[in-house]
Amino acid sequence: MAEGPLQVRGEVLATRRVGAYRHLTLVAPGIAARTRPGHFVALAVGGPDTALTLRRAFSIYQVSTQGVFGGTVELIFAVQGAGTAWLAAAASRTPVDVVGPLGKPFALPRDRVSATLVGGGYGSAPLFGLARSLRSRGCRVDVVLGAASADRLFGALEAKRVATTVEVTTDDGSAGTRGWVTDVLPAVMERAGTEVVYACGPMGMLRSISEVAAAAGVPAQCAVEESMACGIGVCMTCVLPVVGEDGLTRMVRSCVEGPVFLGDRVRWDALGTVPADAVGAPPMSDPDE
Amino acid sequence: MSDPDDITVRTVQPPRPPQRARCDLTTHLGAIELPNPVLTASGCAAAGRELDRFFDVAELGAVVTKSIMLKARSGRPTPRMAETASGMLNSIGLQGPGIDAFLEHDLPYLRERGARAVVSIAGGSVAEYTELARRLRGAAGVSAIEVNISCPNVSNRGLVFARDPAAAAAVVTAVRRQSAPSVPVFAKLSPDVTDIVSIAHSCVAAGADGLSMINTLLGMALDLDTMRPVLAGVTGGLSGPAIKPVAVRCIWAVHAALPDVPIIGMGGVRSGLDALELVLAGASAVSVGTAIFGDPGAPLRIRHELETALVDRGFARFSDAVGYGHREQT
Repeated sequence: MAEGPLQVRGEVLATRRVGAYRHLTLVAPGIAARTRPGHFVALAVGGPDTALTLRRAFSIYQVSTQGVFGGTVELIFAVQGAGTAWLAAAASRTPVDVVGPLGKPFALPRDRVSATLVGGGYGSAPLFGLARSLRSRGCRVDVVLGAASADRLFGALEAKRVATTVEVTTDDGSAGTRGWVTDVLPAVMERAGTEVVYACGPMGMLRSISEVAAAAGVPAQCAVEESMACGIGVCMTCVLPVVGEDGLTRMVRSCVEGPVFLGDRVRWDALGTVPADAVGAPPMSDPDE
Repeated sequence: MSDPDDITVRTVQPPRPPQRARCDLTTHLGAIELPNPVLTASGCAAAGRELDRFFDVAELGAVVTKSIMLKARSGRPTPRMAETASGMLNSIGLQGPGIDAFLEHDLPYLRERGARAVVSIAGGSVAEYTELARRLRGAAGVSAIEVNISCPNVSNRGLVFARDPAAAAAVVTAVRRQSAPSVPVFAKLSPDVTDIVSIAHSCVAAGADGLSMINTLLGMALDLDTMRPVLAGVTGGLSGPAIKPVAVRCIWAVHAALPDVPIIGMGGVRSGLDALELVLAGASAVSVGTAIFGDPGAPLRIRHELETALVDRGFARFSDAVGYGHREQT
């Protein structure tokens, strides 16, 4: 399989609403064949002469290498600003510059293990391709989906097709159990005999999932969400404190070293800071530059 | 739409592109000659490795590295970035591995790839810059040194070197003295000064072989939901197309005052025409920075676009276009 990212001129094939989110299908020749679950793409938004200068990064929901379009890439996103609004309104055949696949994907187990997949909001998008990969390896797959409300859940029906069991939680109780994914996760893991957890969603949720997994002595592979300017490893904006194999904390780029990290390696309590024991941390306060 | 499964043999040859006139893109930066004038801007291309996945970095005039400091440095907390209209603010805090790791991994990488390296250095004191230049002396593969003087001087209450003619000159003198004569030393100037020409004069008098301009402008953004500064570092450097007119003005003024001093121009370049504008103002080379974040292929694309723009205007040699905007009106 060819490796590494491509930069291609893609185009919008279709956009449709899914609850509170948008489901975008892009024709992006060559990218699909290189994509594995957990990879992401970075899109140029706004069209030519736009005032939007930075790439927008999106995790990949699924890809298709088949068909007459030379490969499609599907994304789920929420309209949050001018860039995503442009994308949501882009007509079919609108050209979109696509860079991908980017990042390190989820690591797949060699053995037939019991895997529990946990997604928050549209963060669940990359978990369905992952679930199919795990199933094809003979793994048991259980899914837990959580969101603020029913319209912000993504993929509950699809989860039922790929998973042995599906649990749903919402903050307001409009679907499934009222509460957070971590309220139901210990029971799911107990029942499924979970040997590995995969998670994608907001940072606070990933932190809680990592704690539950750690308490059960199970590794958690977490795909993080950090804001990025480039997605390719040059801008140094998407860093977070991660403990390396040598036990030292470094500010690492989530776009190239991640977005998938082992939950017990991320210094969740120190997000948004540079821990004093990080490699190269300033001795005291850092003067202005 | 093209279909990769379509393997029908084409019987009709596509029309051959017309034989296009070419432009000699060779440029000189002091003692060195580069095959073309398009470089990366410091801090926007790491040390070339990431961009090499998208195009051959040896195709560029040179790769200007992210500023190297003596020791490993973790940089600032996040958020480090805020998108602004036609630009962005950054507050990275010079995160980097330090000179040892740079000399061990990054410089040899660029050399093996056949890319020319302009090494950007940054320090908090004249002594640190001196030591950095000493470490680079004799290291294989250093085409030029770009001295990032937009750093706080720890021995003068954090006053940025680039805003003080005497401090800027002290750094340049030290680096020039430590560096091999064949390696040109460029001082990177900040536009956040009252009179950039006087800073330019100081740097050149101190031995700078050339000048790079402009560094980012200090800016700030507030989040209107949290009603707090967006950046953890509160203020940040503004870059991108929004600052191009500032770059043109600075390059114009310095080239007018010091016409024989080569300038590496940067600031908001995202097309070949943007690059040409900086060249006409007086730049002998152009660095592409923030545009890379939106388009990893930007540097090579801009090189092609610049060549086309020069040919369209009848330039057979790039060097003829440098400072061409300054000629007397006839």
